[in-house]
Amino acid sequence: MATLEIRDLHVSVDTENGPKEILRGVDLTIAGGQTHAIMGPNGSGKSTLAYSIAGHPKYNVTSGTVTLDGEDVLDMAVDERARAGLFLAMQYPVEVPGVSVSNFLRTAKTAIDGEAPKLRTWVKDVNKALSDLDMDSDFGNRNVNEGFSGGEKKRHEIVQLELLNPKIAILDETDSGLDIDALKIVSTGVNRFAEKGDKGVLLITHYTRILRYIKPDFVHVFVDGKVAEEGGAELADELEANGYERFLKAAAK
Amino acid sequence: MSTETLVATGNKAHSHGPGSPVPLQARSERPTSYDVDVFPVPNGREEEWRFTPIKALKGLFEDTEPTETPKIDASGPERVTIETVVADALKVLTPQDRPSAIAWKQSPSALAVRIPNEAELTEPVHVNVASLGGRGYTHLIIEAGRHSRGLVIIDHTGAGELASNVEIKVGDGAELRVVSIQQGDHDSLHLAQHDSLVGRDAKLKHVVVTLGGKVVRINANVRYAGPGGDAEFLGVYFAEGGQHHEHRLFVDHEATNCKSNVLYKGALAGDHARSVWIGDVLIRAAAEGTDTFELNRNLVLTEGARADSVPNLEIETGEIEGAGHASATGRFDDEQLFYLQARGIPEDAARRLVVSGFFNDIIGKIGVPEVVEHLHEVIETKLARTAELSASAKAALGQ
Repeated sequence: MATLEIRDLHVSVDTENGPKEILRGVDLTIAGGQTHAIMGPNGSGKSTLAYSIAGHPKYNVTSGTVTLDGEDVLDMAVDERARAGLFLAMQYPVEVPGVSVSNFLRTAKTAIDGEAPKLRTWVKDVNKALSDLDMDSDFGNRNVNEGFSGGEKKRHEIVQLELLNPKIAILDETDSGLDIDALKIVSTGVNRFAEKGDKGVLLITHYTRILRYIKPDFVHVFVDGKVAEEGGAELADELEANGYERFLKAAAK
Repeated sequence: MSTETLVATGNKAHSHGPGSPVPLQARSERPTSYDVDVFPVPNGREEEWRFTPIKALKGLFEDTEPTETPKIDASGPERVTIETVVADALKVLTPQDRPSAIAWKQSPSALAVRIPNEAELTEPVHVNVASLGGRGYTHLIIEAGRHSRGLVIIDHTGAGELASNVEIKVGDGAELRVVSIQQGDHDSLHLAQHDSLVGRDAKLKHVVVTLGGKVVRINANVRYAGPGGDAEFLGVYFAEGGQHHEHRLFVDHEATNCKSNVLYKGALAGDHARSVWIGDVLIRAAAEGTDTFELNRNLVLTEGARADSVPNLEIETGEIEGAGHASATGRFDDEQLFYLQARGIPEDAARRLVVSGFFNDIIGKIGVPEVVEHLHEVIETKLARTAELSASAKAALGQ
């Protein structure tokens, strides 16, 4: 069973006034078959957690461990983490001018699998993934994220999730900026991935809206760089009703 | 090159003396002449030389006999005439600087490639120019007869110092593509002037591919002989450490309803990799209905490289279809690298993907398969060298 284990993770970023600690001891275990939601106010460090796991060079891990099935993730290069089975759906997917979506997807799939996908089934798989996310098949000819609307970028992230088929998916505010129809389409894609079995999902969100479509097994409230409270789906309902105020007050004390 | 050296050279060679301001000058007022003495030896402060490493070019500023005759192999389809002619057989080109004037004077004859009227070539004409290690001059004439269609590929290789003049005349209604590849050895020098005259309703696609050489500087100029002409200027360059790639364009619109489109893209990698792009467009008062656009983009892949880009548009009439220019120089975007790596693509492959993406649109426009294929190969080789460089730099830093 796939397991991502985060233990006492401390992460800082370099600022003009020296290093600033953002994550202050995060403990989290995501096992295959589970969907976890991390919720929290702006600036609580949710995205930092996502990017630190993926290995963005901006974030310095100062202590703690992250392992995937016992393997040290922090020791891997960004691409090695992806090949080991981690996937990060980004909040702000990056434009890559001149590189077509189909070239990009094929290159990524080849890198992940260690061999080029079989041409005939691959074209079919890509077209299915695109149409499942309600994207036209000629998206393949467009350049990666270039000129995409906000919603198209997010749907393109989920297309990649389905095609690359990782062990653990981290979704960083995939719901932000989506209208209700796009939110349903994206959620359906994530559920389809989760239902493949033995897949871990870590859903990072500011709002409870997406949790109407993706049911979390565990909810973690993130405040000030660490998990402030944990519970089941009912914790999300409380946040829906009362917001983050209770946690922010507790943190300020 | 130190400032002292520049000033010392200037004292000897230039009447303004050190520190004299270079007068602002409209592009059309810059002198052109067959007389070498019209052009003093540059001191590096002149507008047209201020970006160029003139110290390296000393030999090509000397008005002396060549020390070699560059080896030229030309071949093409049967209908094409390839022959030696007198230097002033066409005179579409008038030298605009000293090396060009010297090259004109020191090449008593020219090689003429002529595509007959209405001939539609299905195979390209190849002109291979090899510099053998000395100082040499070449003069090439390309004439496309009216309503002809053709493609001429000029490939420059070798080790020496070369100054060349290329004259291009596109007959009325003709469509001509000219590709000039510069891939001399690492110490080679190549200065060139390409002047084109585009006939009524004629089309010219002029492609410059600069990949090798210590200093390469190409002045490409175009004029229109009648209305309805269309000129497209494409350029691809990739300067590595110690290489200077300079491209200067001058599009002179005087006839009505003509089009010009300039697109140059370059990558730079390595210490003292240098590129210069100057794009001058002049729309004269008579040139009503002109439609022009020019664009230069540079991708700086490593520290220590520098790209200069200067677009310049002079418009003397308001009665035009459109006129615009854009220029941008960017560093390699690490966020793109992160995004691709986060999808499992290893760093080297991710870099190659980003760079090939950068060149993708212009390579598509070149449309000459043998050139495109070669270009892909050379870009791959250069990127592999760049990757080795950054790997050893990282190792040296103990990272």
